[in-house]
Amino acid sequence: MNSVKERLVNGIIKENPTFVLTLGMCPTLAVTTSAINGLGMGLTTMVVLALSNVFISLLRNVIPDKVRIPAFIVIIASFVTVAELLLQGFLPFLYDALGIYIPLIVVNCIILGRAEAYAYKNPVIPSLFDGIGMGLGFSVALTCIGAVRELLGAGEIFGIHVMPDSYVPVSIFIMAPGAFFVLALLTAIQNKVKINGERKGRDMSKIQSGCGSDCMSCADAGCTHRLYDEKAADKGHKADTEDIVIEEIKEEENHG
Amino acid sequence: MSDLMKVSSNPHIRSKTETSGIMLSVVIALLPAAGFGIYNFGIGALVTIAVTVAFAVLTEYLFEKLCKKKVTIGDYSAVVTGLLLALNLPVSAPWWIGAVGSVFAILVVKMLFGGLGQNFMNPALGARCFLLISFTSIMTDFDCDAYTGATPLASLKSGADVNILDMVIGRTAGTIGETSMIAIVIGACFLILMGVIDLRIPGSYIVSFVIFLCLFGGHGLDWAYISAHLAGGGLMLGAFFMATDYVTRPVTKNGQILFGILLGILTGIFRLFGPSAEGVSYAIILGNLLVPLIEKITLPKAFGKGGEKA
Repeated sequence: MNSVKERLVNGIIKENPTFVLTLGMCPTLAVTTSAINGLGMGLTTMVVLALSNVFISLLRNVIPDKVRIPAFIVIIASFVTVAELLLQGFLPFLYDALGIYIPLIVVNCIILGRAEAYAYKNPVIPSLFDGIGMGLGFSVALTCIGAVRELLGAGEIFGIHVMPDSYVPVSIFIMAPGAFFVLALLTAIQNKVKINGERKGRDMSKIQSGCGSDCMSCADAGCTHRLYDEKAADKGHKADTEDIVIEEIKEEENHG
Repeated sequence: MSDLMKVSSNPHIRSKTETSGIMLSVVIALLPAAGFGIYNFGIGALVTIAVTVAFAVLTEYLFEKLCKKKVTIGDYSAVVTGLLLALNLPVSAPWWIGAVGSVFAILVVKMLFGGLGQNFMNPALGARCFLLISFTSIMTDFDCDAYTGATPLASLKSGADVNILDMVIGRTAGTIGETSMIAIVIGACFLILMGVIDLRIPGSYIVSFVIFLCLFGGHGLDWAYISAHLAGGGLMLGAFFMATDYVTRPVTKNGQILFGILLGILTGIFRLFGPSAEGVSYAIILGNLLVPLIEKITLPKAFGKGGEKA
């Protein structure tokens, strides 16, 4: 389960953060105006994700359970600051292109999600490769989206003109709506491949669930596959139904 | 006619109205506008219309064949979409603009959401906005053999004089089908007489737009200014043919009036305060997106519900 290869495959294909988990949509939609921007964003996120996974895994026995989220944020933010300064120093064009979305990596839910769901419960080496795998999956997805948008919207890939001169760029693809079109299209293709795989009898059940961890300790309360603790719910019912209902409504409002 | 539903026991008489009949009458109603467009802009307009309609029908056919679904091109809804889209294109646009627009309208806006009846925005207008954003320079280039220079609305916006008679007849620059107010109104009258549409949406749309113009247009109650705004651009085409689209308008009667008022205000805002001269398509699309909310607040109470509180 925790082998290096399994973690990498899991991050890139089975639980691809963009196409399967649909996490981190904000940078996905915002920065993928070109393939190079997508790749840059993906790799920056990967570095931060791998390093923060390692440190959170190292400190998992030290961090008290109740303040783990602030602790995660502090660790992640430190690495984001490092990455931001390095980008500013060595890749200024990328730094300019990505803009506000570099500091926003701190609140990227892929990173916090992996910290909570994996690194906090697993040893260092698997956590490192979980981070690398997820980061690679994110990079691949962003580069694909960026490449398609750049190809259709500007007739180029990685800045190299590839379309014939008579091609009129469909500029909507490098604007905001184009991001949604391309993301939907690529997710659909990905789903199609997956369904075909299922027909051929391969075991795709793990892909469908979209996450490998147990639901009780999962931070994602809005997950549609979430399995609730029925015993606790029963107890609550007997104690005070109304309170639970109110709490649920409040929770829904918070998530909404 | 009474709005009360009286249900008798069976056997029931079944109405002969079918989707194909309604769509066919919309096509017929659009013919005056299309015909005038061809007369006004020449044979190029006919080519644009033919290509756009052909691609719309072909896209629907191929998609349904490939997905092994029932082929529904017989209901003429794709023809209506293609025709409406063509009437919304400038005659100088190359043929592939219409083709790309048709494919987008049918494939993305209509079929991917489940086909006729499931789309949340008017396919023709969705495609027009897609083209407008993607190929701005082509879509706003109204120079052609017959006319050069700005559309009446653009001149109006920059403060120049416009000839209202020409605008009503349609001898102006613009998209293929929007220029002639007379041709559109003839088609609209046909639809109203056939009972396909009623005046609720177009009426409240136009009235609220006129009121908005009086309040914020800066000309007060200047009839020349108001009629120029009514005859110019796609307002008439939008109000009678696109806002009344069965799929994307509210179902409730009060909702339809609210929908019309909303469109009037949005169109006014886009025309007076927006950067471009025209805003009907964006107004209708935005209105389409709000339809579920409009229906929610105008849902009539079921008989017997809420009696105590009221």
